[in-house]
Amino acid sequence: MKKEKDTTISVKENRAVEIWRQYRRNKGAMVGLAILILLILVAIFADVIWDYNTDIIDMRIGNRLAPPSWEHPFGTDNYGRDMFARIGYGTRYSLLIGFASVLIGTLIGVPIGAISGYVGGKVDNVIMRIVDTFTIIPSLLMTIILVSVLGTNLFNLMIALSISTIPVMTRITRASVMVARNNDYIESARAIGAPTATILLKHVLPNCFSPILVQATLRVGSSIISAAGLSYIGLGVPLPTPEWGALLSASKSFIIKAQHMCLFPGLAIMITVMVINLVGDGLRGALDPKLKR
Amino acid sequence: MLKYIMKRILAIIPVVIAVSFIVFFIMDFVPTDAAVTALGDGATEEELEYYRDTHGLNDPLPVRYVRYMAGIFHGDLGTSYANQMPVWDLFFDKFPNTLRLALASVVVTVLLSLPLGILAAVKENTWVDTVCSTISFVGLAMPNFWLGLLLIMLFAVNLHWLPSTGAEGFKSLILPAITCGTGNMAALTRITRSSMLDVLRQDYLRTARSKGQSERNIIFGHAFRNAQIPVVTQIGIQMSTLIGGAVLTERVFAWPGVGAFMVDSIQKSDFEVVTGFVIMLAIFVSLVLLLVDVLYALLDPRIKAQYSKN
Amino acid sequence: MFKKQQNRVRIAKALETKRTSTPYAVSVEDLTVHYVTSKETVKAVNGISFKLPKKRTLGIVGETGAGKTTAMLSLMNMVPDPPGKIISGNIQVGGLDIRGLSQSELKRVRGKEIAMIFQDPMTSLNPVITVGDQIAESLLLHQDISKQEAMEQARGMLAKVGIDPDRAGEYPHQFSGGMRQRVGIAIALACKPSVLIADEPTSALDVTIQAQILHLMRELKEENDSSMILITHDLGVVAELCDDVAVMYAGNIVEYGTLEDVFNHTKHPYTEGLFNSLPNIHNRVSKLQPIPGLMPDPSKLPDGCAFAPRCPYATEACKAQAPYIKHFSESHLAACTAYHDEAFAIKRRETE
Repeated sequence: MKKEKDTTISVKENRAVEIWRQYRRNKGAMVGLAILILLILVAIFADVIWDYNTDIIDMRIGNRLAPPSWEHPFGTDNYGRDMFARIGYGTRYSLLIGFASVLIGTLIGVPIGAISGYVGGKVDNVIMRIVDTFTIIPSLLMTIILVSVLGTNLFNLMIALSISTIPVMTRITRASVMVARNNDYIESARAIGAPTATILLKHVLPNCFSPILVQATLRVGSSIISAAGLSYIGLGVPLPTPEWGALLSASKSFIIKAQHMCLFPGLAIMITVMVINLVGDGLRGALDPKLKR
Repeated sequence: MLKYIMKRILAIIPVVIAVSFIVFFIMDFVPTDAAVTALGDGATEEELEYYRDTHGLNDPLPVRYVRYMAGIFHGDLGTSYANQMPVWDLFFDKFPNTLRLALASVVVTVLLSLPLGILAAVKENTWVDTVCSTISFVGLAMPNFWLGLLLIMLFAVNLHWLPSTGAEGFKSLILPAITCGTGNMAALTRITRSSMLDVLRQDYLRTARSKGQSERNIIFGHAFRNAQIPVVTQIGIQMSTLIGGAVLTERVFAWPGVGAFMVDSIQKSDFEVVTGFVIMLAIFVSLVLLLVDVLYALLDPRIKAQYSKN
Repeated sequence: MFKKQQNRVRIAKALETKRTSTPYAVSVEDLTVHYVTSKETVKAVNGISFKLPKKRTLGIVGETGAGKTTAMLSLMNMVPDPPGKIISGNIQVGGLDIRGLSQSELKRVRGKEIAMIFQDPMTSLNPVITVGDQIAESLLLHQDISKQEAMEQARGMLAKVGIDPDRAGEYPHQFSGGMRQRVGIAIALACKPSVLIADEPTSALDVTIQAQILHLMRELKEENDSSMILITHDLGVVAELCDDVAVMYAGNIVEYGTLEDVFNHTKHPYTEGLFNSLPNIHNRVSKLQPIPGLMPDPSKLPDGCAFAPRCPYATEACKAQAPYIKHFSESHLAACTAYHDEAFAIKRRETE
């Protein structure tokens, strides 16, 4: 018995090693991963690098709207605050919102999709009609409505974004469960009378891992963009929090005098999302070598 | 075929009921008081109570929902709390602007994406392909509203070529349409490319070549005609999100469309408008999706045969 | 429109100046075609030569992967490039040097001088274009006629291949496999090409339909006075339709001769193997004798004779040197080192 367990672990390890070997071949994905790790480190240690009150919030009116220089590489904002520090500190909000909302959405969406795809029949029909209804309402509008109903703050923004992630994850899980369900080994597990929950958790879902992981990774990027958009129209994270969308929102009044205020936060969003998409593309290639693009 | 279309139009009704139920239900959670929105902060408690009574705000949720639904089928979406206009009229006041922007954006997207996607597929794995996929990769990561701000910065502030806001005349349409259009470019280019790659491997292109057909006609006359289904699907999805979701672009360019008005209404807690607008948008999105399915039949005789069978 | 027509005339004239007179419909010399990728080089065709006199039918026989289709696509300069590359060879179709033609000249040759019927009628017709339009397409490319005239001729072609002309407006999915292959034949023959290549035209069809299609092809070929090259792995079909036979193995022609030469005076061990692996209707108790082993991977061909590893007669000499080309008569040759020994003979008795 013990021996058997050992072999399964080593098989899993081999698979991880194999995936890593495949992933490493993709140069773009490796660069993406390196930058993403750097961004995550900045997000985690933001409080060590910068002091929130003195570096991020305190105003220095004498030095307002200064263009980029050696001292302030991204210039200063309308209150004379260093844009580099504010954008750097903002990394934690975007990454937190992006990853957390997708994590919550996945944790809810995957079980629903799995049940829908595995049980099929009427249950599937009802669940999919509900999902369809949610997709008929444009997702950004849905998020906006939810945020305004729940109230504008970081946590509610995360919840609202995760709700619009649910239908996406439900769909993809359902589709891959329906494929996996028809495999012979699932048939045989059912034939020997294994309970449904066991079959789902032990046999079906592990086989659907790749598409779910890839979709979730790519979804992080779009959630970060949506979050920034909501902050831009004043329904996300409010100022003076240095969230990137909020920074862009503030920049609009100074679009003539201080264009650096608009340029750098946007670049930060774009690079972050690009890096995450690179990792997602790399994962897709590593997990499913047949599917190149 | 006509029967199929009728069936699909009837199928929109349950969708509308479901959407309205969801929105109604969510709106009921809102802590703000419609009476306060309507009468302002200065109103006395008696005035508020009278308003709630006469407008049926004190009735339980199911009663209000049924009453509201009965109204919808008479073209009555209620009245805006904030400015006392019928929601129906407000919607059709804003919707033409949204539709105009959506159509212009789709044109921009199609004009950019189809040539790029086809070129990338035909020149697969060459530098052309790399350039095309890099463009779409960057486009995918670019926040739309930021692109809008950059365009304003360049063309309105620095070059003074185009207006940055408003909806008067053709010139003011250009920047918003480019913003939305290029935002959708990445996805459509990718889909065009992969769909073309599938088709370019097909045997019937060899048949066309063996007749002495030119490469250009093979790509456009034979291959692209077969690659259109996924492309049209994606255009339909983009069209439907543009109809309801160009909120940010409308906001950036002060474009007087449905999305921007909804955000204003949300911020003013004018939820009668929000509910009505969402329902109307759901209807139009359903119609766009129906239009896409009808287009399938025109593009592919096999699908047409399927529709007629059912 | 007018300019297009002028162009067509100009190219046709240029083509005529390049044409040399020849008794052969097709002549191929030392044709070598490789598929080159970064990983490997697949040697699909390795220096084949043959001459097809006008009005005759040549059967090319061989297993899947022997290079038959690649060789025939080369005749129209249609080997997919990349990765396909015609490395060497002189290809003449109707006295025209195919490799010396420009793209626009090639377009005049394809469909008009030489046309092809493809293997799988399910995939070789465009699913979103009516069959009438697909036939009219060739006509419009090679004749100065209006769309209506082309459509009228297309309907005539449909009638010729045994399909109701009123079905011209229907799409491929509305036809059965056999009917679609009839459409394929109509497309190929629309412009009365002098050379017709048929790439396993019946292997995707029901046995009962096969005979009908073969019969139709022969009939139309004779009506047009064209020459035909028939690719097949079915020896029965060869016996039925062909005047000459080329047996291909791993990109080489291993035996070449008239039908009589190859069928009744078989010389090459591979050809012998092919016959032995057929059921014998006269001797129902005898066992089938399949050729042992598999054809070598065309990206890793052995140095000597490619058939040596599977050949019951193989000696060390076969593995070391390229096969010896032995001419048995003016029409009959085989590529086999064993014939260095004058006394060598294969087991299969002559005229069985």
